[in-house]
Amino acid sequence: MTAPLVVFFALAALAVIGAVSLILQKHPIHSALSLIVVMVALAGLYLLMGAEFVAAVQIIVYGGAIMVLFVFVIMLLNAGVEEHTNLSKMAGAPGLLLVLALAGFVAATVAKSGASVQATAQTGVLSSTKGISEMVFKDFVYPFELTSFLILVAILGATVLAQREKS
Amino acid sequence: MRSLLAANAELVITIVKIVLLLFIVLTVNAYLTWFERKVVAHIQSRWGPHRVGPHGLLQPLADGLKFLFKEDPTPAGADKFVYYLAPLLALTLAMTSIAIIPFGPEPIRLFGHDIYLGIAPPDLNIGILALFAITALGVYGVALAGWSSNSKYSLLGGLRSSAQMISYELSLTMSVVGVLLMAGSFNLRDIINAQARHPQWGIFGWNIWPQILGFFCFFVAAIAETNRAPFDLPEAEQELVAGFNTEYASFKFAMFFIAEYTSMITVSCLCSIMFFGGWLSPFPASWTVTHYLPSVVLVPFGLWVIMDGVRYETIFGRMVLPVVGAAISGLGALFVVLPSLNEFIQGPFWLLSKIFFFLFVYVWMRGTLPRFRYDQLMAFGWKLLLPVSIVNVILTSFVILMWGAK
Repeated sequence: MTAPLVVFFALAALAVIGAVSLILQKHPIHSALSLIVVMVALAGLYLLMGAEFVAAVQIIVYGGAIMVLFVFVIMLLNAGVEEHTNLSKMAGAPGLLLVLALAGFVAATVAKSGASVQATAQTGVLSSTKGISEMVFKDFVYPFELTSFLILVAILGATVLAQREKS
Repeated sequence: MRSLLAANAELVITIVKIVLLLFIVLTVNAYLTWFERKVVAHIQSRWGPHRVGPHGLLQPLADGLKFLFKEDPTPAGADKFVYYLAPLLALTLAMTSIAIIPFGPEPIRLFGHDIYLGIAPPDLNIGILALFAITALGVYGVALAGWSSNSKYSLLGGLRSSAQMISYELSLTMSVVGVLLMAGSFNLRDIINAQARHPQWGIFGWNIWPQILGFFCFFVAAIAETNRAPFDLPEAEQELVAGFNTEYASFKFAMFFIAEYTSMITVSCLCSIMFFGGWLSPFPASWTVTHYLPSVVLVPFGLWVIMDGVRYETIFGRMVLPVVGAAISGLGALFVVLPSLNEFIQGPFWLLSKIFFFLFVYVWMRGTLPRFRYDQLMAFGWKLLLPVSIVNVILTSFVILMWGAK
């Protein structure tokens, strides 16, 4: 095995273990920590494919900003160990079915496309920051601006709701 | 064995560099505590540490030993795993961020390999982004320490710190956008080289002049990110005992301490690299006389240490200080004798001087400024720092669009 392959399997295993642990952990903080492990492992995978910018942004935005807010809220609410209600226990059976269906779907796709399923390292336009910014700010500038407008509306909405609570 | 070494030369060099840098950073950390205590003491008209070794120079060693041998209790009801993970996380991330800093322009040629000063490869194109990624994860060390200790002071400290770090990270990131626009690259080496585009301007070519707003925002936000005075609310001892590390003792406490000092060093490196020209000399490139400045600084300093040493009160000091002084003077003399060596150390000399200056500013601020109140801190971050850094981005982009990045 070559070195990149070893790193790939290590990171992939880390991501899968993190994802499984996210579901199995009893305490919300432990689940959140597992999710951070998944995010960082994914960033490592992006780095392996030569997508440096995306890897760094993955850690800054998902691993840093968003997960810090998760952890912050869990700490602030002082959420305790997860409790099982009748309904949540019942959700196990359909959940398992969904997992099987999804796994089957992925397996079928992989089997259908044969040996061509291979992650290739990004080169050229997509790997560089310049290429990405040209795409975002030239080719897809309207969808991009619309998305930021949507986020702005959401922020304003949250502020309005919080203000109403106070008075 | 020899062929194995030759085949993995890059790996071996990197590992040696990592060990060396760890050793240097930990030593500098230890002496930074001594430096801080001395400077703050002199600001407050005290002597500071002066009992252990001459001028208290062995105090860091004594403190380190004390940390190692102290009892290390775990509080009842603590979340064991997270409680142990938090200091490890804080220290690891702080140390990792130093790996991205380049310390000199030219590689050393050893055993047929070009060895650059600094661990990251010189063409690391996401340099500054990688640093921000590591800083972004740094919040967890503090937040988790506060939460897992099962103590109200720790929890309050942890909450304060996460809120503070989230708020100031925005301004921190926005404030460097101006610098990135001027350099057109995330690579720290490119950022420094962009400041050398007018070799005759010397100090006036640095980013600090066009980016003075950016520097102001960056420095304030960086101090808040490292939880240092006047933004040390997470460990405000009058209100929270010791904040997030109240329940930590022995070496786990030391790990938080080392992490804090290491991030101070990283921030000082970043300030010098992004706004103060990194390893560039403040003098115009044609003034070759200034290349003797390292010797002009080192030789008299060494002589002064010798003079001070022979008159020192204790016998130990009279023995050690002259030797140290002679070593410093000798180093300065060596630079004069070997011109190629002298050329090589120009870059590292200026970078280290600037880093030292910013570390001094850090300590100076801690000795001078009172702590912010919590609501002042939040208002300052969101209502002043963030708008100013955004204005800086807009101004810089406008100027570059109109007249180009000259």
